[in-house]
Formats: sequence, C-alpha cells, structure tokens
Amino acid sequence: MSGILVVAEPQGTGTRRVSLEILSKARELKDSIGGPLTAVIAGSGVADAAAVLGAHGAEKVFVADHEALGTGLAAPHVDVIATLHAENDFSTILFGGTSLGRDTAAALAARLGAGLNSDSIDLVASGSALSAVRPAFGGQNLVSSQWVNGPQIALVRPNSFAASESGGTAEVVAVTLDISDASLAAKVTGRKPAEAGKVSLEEASMIVSGGRGLGAPENFAVVEALASALGAAVGASRAAVDAGWYPHPNQVGQTGKTVSPNLYIACGISGAVQHKVGMQTSDVIIAINKDPDAPIFQFADFGLVGDLFEILPKLTELVNARKG
Amino acid sequence: MKIAVCVKEVPDTTAEKRIDPSTFRLVRTEGDRMLNEFDKYAVEEAIRLKEAGTADEVILVSLGPEKAVESLRQALAMGADRLVLVSDPAAAGSDYLGTARALAKAIDETGAELVLLGAEATDARSGVLTATLGEISGRTWVTSANSIAVNGSSITIERQSDDGVATVEAPLPAVVSVTKAINEPRYPSLKGIMGAKKKPQEVKSLGDIGLAASDVGEAGAKTKVVGVETPPARTAGVVVTDEGNGAQQILDFLIDKKLI
Repeated sequence: MSGILVVAEPQGTGTRRVSLEILSKARELKDSIGGPLTAVIAGSGVADAAAVLGAHGAEKVFVADHEALGTGLAAPHVDVIATLHAENDFSTILFGGTSLGRDTAAALAARLGAGLNSDSIDLVASGSALSAVRPAFGGQNLVSSQWVNGPQIALVRPNSFAASESGGTAEVVAVTLDISDASLAAKVTGRKPAEAGKVSLEEASMIVSGGRGLGAPENFAVVEALASALGAAVGASRAAVDAGWYPHPNQVGQTGKTVSPNLYIACGISGAVQHKVGMQTSDVIIAINKDPDAPIFQFADFGLVGDLFEILPKLTELVNARKG
Repeated sequence: MKIAVCVKEVPDTTAEKRIDPSTFRLVRTEGDRMLNEFDKYAVEEAIRLKEAGTADEVILVSLGPEKAVESLRQALAMGADRLVLVSDPAAAGSDYLGTARALAKAIDETGAELVLLGAEATDARSGVLTATLGEISGRTWVTSANSIAVNGSSITIERQSDDGVATVEAPLPAVVSVTKAINEPRYPSLKGIMGAKKKPQEVKSLGDIGLAASDVGEAGAKTKVVGVETPPARTAGVVVTDEGNGAQQILDFLIDKKLI
C-alpha cells in the first residue's frame, strides 16, 4: 500500500475548490496514514491544473488528457484511476462529492471490490487507521466508518476542509491512457453549459435561499439580487420548488441538495425538518421570516423577524455599498 | 422492451430516527416507512414509456425486508406491473456493493433492457447505486437524466451535471438515474390502489437469485461503522424584530463574522 491519491476535478483551467480542500486535509493525514501524497487530474486540456495541485501539497500529479475525460461522464475516469491504482496500489483514494466525483468513486469502488464511505464531512486518522465521519438521519447522528478492505475510498462533502497552500511543487507525470470501448459507449453529442462563473450549490461558500414566504416566482429577484451582491449561489426550499417558482437543481433539503456553506441566508423559509437536514451543517445561518414562531429561528445564528421584501433590497444595497 | 425500476422502502422523511447504539443500524418502528420519494420519478418515467408504447412491462425490483411490500405497493398503484423483492435475513446490513449485487441478479432475471433509478434514497443519501449497478451488471450507465428518449437500440438523455446540461447517447441495455426535473409523478388513482394488491409481488431469497450470503449483508460489506455520536443540536442565536434597521443589523453581523 503506498500513499494517498486525491482525485482532482478540473474546472476551467484550474480545479474545483473541493479538490484543493481535500489535498490540504490529506497533507495532514499522510503523517499518520503514510504518504506519498499523489493527485490525479483527468480531463480535456487540463495540464495547467497540475501546478495548483502541487502548490496545495501534491508531491506527484498524474495528468490524464483526453477528449472523453471532459464530457462529465464518469466511465472513462474510472478506467484511468483503476489503471493508476493497479500500478501504484494506493492505500487511500479521496474524491470530492460532486456529480462526477460521486459517479467515478462508486464505479471504481465496485470494480475494485473496495469499501466506499460517502458524504464524509471529516477524515480522522488515529495511528495508521483512517475513519470517515458522515452525518446520518438528518444530522441527528455522526457516524464514524472504516474500511474492511482497501483501497480506502471516500467521497468528501465540499466545504468540509479549508484549502491552504503548502508552497510545494509537484512532479508532473503524463498518464498513458487505457480507456475501454465499454467506457466510451455513452457519448456526449451536445452541450448547454451552465452560466459562466456560476458555482454549483454544493460547492458554494455562500448561499441565499428563498422559500414559500416569497409568494411568487418573480419575487425570487430579491433573493437573486442579494446573492449577486454577495457572490453567493441561490437555493430554494421544497415548497418553492414544488410550486414551480425555482428549478429543481437549486432545491436544498432532504429531497434536494445537502449543503455546508460558510454562510446560509434563509429568506421566507420556515425551517421544517425537510429543509433543516439539507443546510444545518452550514457554518453561519441567518434567517429572515415574518413569523416569529418559525422553527428556523430555533437554529439560526442570527434571526430577523420582519418583511423580507423590505429587508432584502436594503441589505443588497448595503452590501453593494460596502463592496464599493 | 421491459423496464426495471429499482425502488426502496425508506423511513418517513418527516419522522425522528435513531440508530441502535449496539448494532449501529436504524431502529425501525411501525408505521413510519414509505416509498423513497426520488423513486417515484423513475417509476413515473417507466410508466410513461409504457403508455407511449415504447415499453411493454414495468417491473419493480427492490432489496429489503418482506414488510417493504406495503410501501412499494404505492409504485404498483401508480401503474407498475409487478414487483420482485429480494428479501433475506442474510442481506440485512448490505452496503452499496451488496445492494447492487442483489439488484443486478434480480434485474438479470427480468430480462429488462432499461433499468431506471431515482437520484438517491432519502435515508442513505449517497447517490452511488446507479454507477455501482452499472459497473456490477456490465451495462452502460448514465446518471441524472432530465429526459429520456428511446430510439430502437439506443437512448438519448438530457443529462444534468454540475457544469450544465449535456445530450448523451447510449446503447441499450443501460442503467439510468433520473432527476426530479424529468416529470411530475402521478398520484395513484383509487382504481390503481385497489388493483395494486392483486398485481404479482414476488419475494425471492438470496438462494433464489443465486447469490451467496457472503456477497451481501454485513458479511459482504466493505465498510464498517466504528462509532456513532450524537452531536449537540444547533441552538438558537440572536433573534430580533426588524424596526427599520434590520438590514443594517444583518450587515453588522456579517462584518463581525468576517463574512464580508
């Protein structure tokens, strides 16, 4: 068994922030569970991303560059990482909990017959043993889980660790590609990219969410304006999504996304269990609601009872003024 | 064409849950179980493909306790044709891999060309079964379909990813998970509910599907829970009533927390 592999995910010419968060944590773990610390970046036109991985602690970076690795489909990625593992016998393989990370980790673990710990919010080394910690049952419990047999594969929830630079540089190694026909069977024939600069909800460091209290779809404009001022992503409660006011991919909660941003601002959201389980691991929660008895005030760090249609535009103006 | 839809009975999403500290398993109590909400979208899509004449049979496939039939019957009431439930005491405690192995065997027996799943289950919330099942069963797999069109021996999918939407073409047989954007699941009609009990509901043991007990359940699990903690619940912070300066108070709070 030799060291930790962090599977980095490209974004633009760099990597997703979650990849750097995991690398920063892995730097700390390798002293206990053993190095070296290796990263792999697989995509289309991704060679430039190797440097930032080195700067965050990767000693060696494997670069796999192929058109089929840039489609968002995970099957070709599974082949690349399985080949790397066969050659390097990693003790631990860590992925960010993105859509690509989730798919790749699951298929890889199945192929290797390895254990998979999903949705980890912490990785704890005690001696050479690693445990993954995940919230269960709506965050009422924190479950620590280990692996029966390796490699120890884990998916890590974005925003679980702080990204920090080590100032290092990595040895960069181009990967010899061996992608099977079966993994190329599904093909992307067209794409509608997401808006430029738009961060996914799960990775956003700040989220402004709207709920039933907005009253109508067009009223999401006040939420979007504040989000834009803060540089935050926009979320929505189940009530707002079920009413057709905002799209499904933006739903936060038990039947939507689970998020852990640094800041979560809930606007016109009552804070029912359904919503709470999707956002209660946020660092700071601010709630604005006209109902003083709304459950959200029982777990918000700062609660404001009032009319969001008066408060949000004023707050947006104040934020814009402060940011100049 | 036959379509298999993987379904799961889960604890009621609104009920309080707890883990047995000695077994690390969920404590199951009567009357707090339901069909996984995400599965309804996969069931609905399969039924629509049948109604459009693309499919001729919709078969529900599940792994769980025998009692799960009661929750899964809702999918029969929506319009699925029959249920195959793999149920075996040795399968208790199955992880992602054991679950996929059992479902793959049961699906193979149905002869389904298209396998549909919901995005995730509201209890485990890992969303890893589609990829695992695809890998284990040797079928092409695609996650997060916003739409599915069947064209003879292949399918076209509008796929939602973190980076936008892509059009994906894949050959059949295939395993596909669907998003909540794909359709609006129907409520079962009274006739559907009345008829659901009479639809075939087959319970199979591990032996019936040709799987060894060591491949599933706790024996086959590749991860092990070593501890469960109950973290302190989040408590209320400051709650103030807006008297005209509420926005300023939030800004001050953000500045104090170094969030701006």
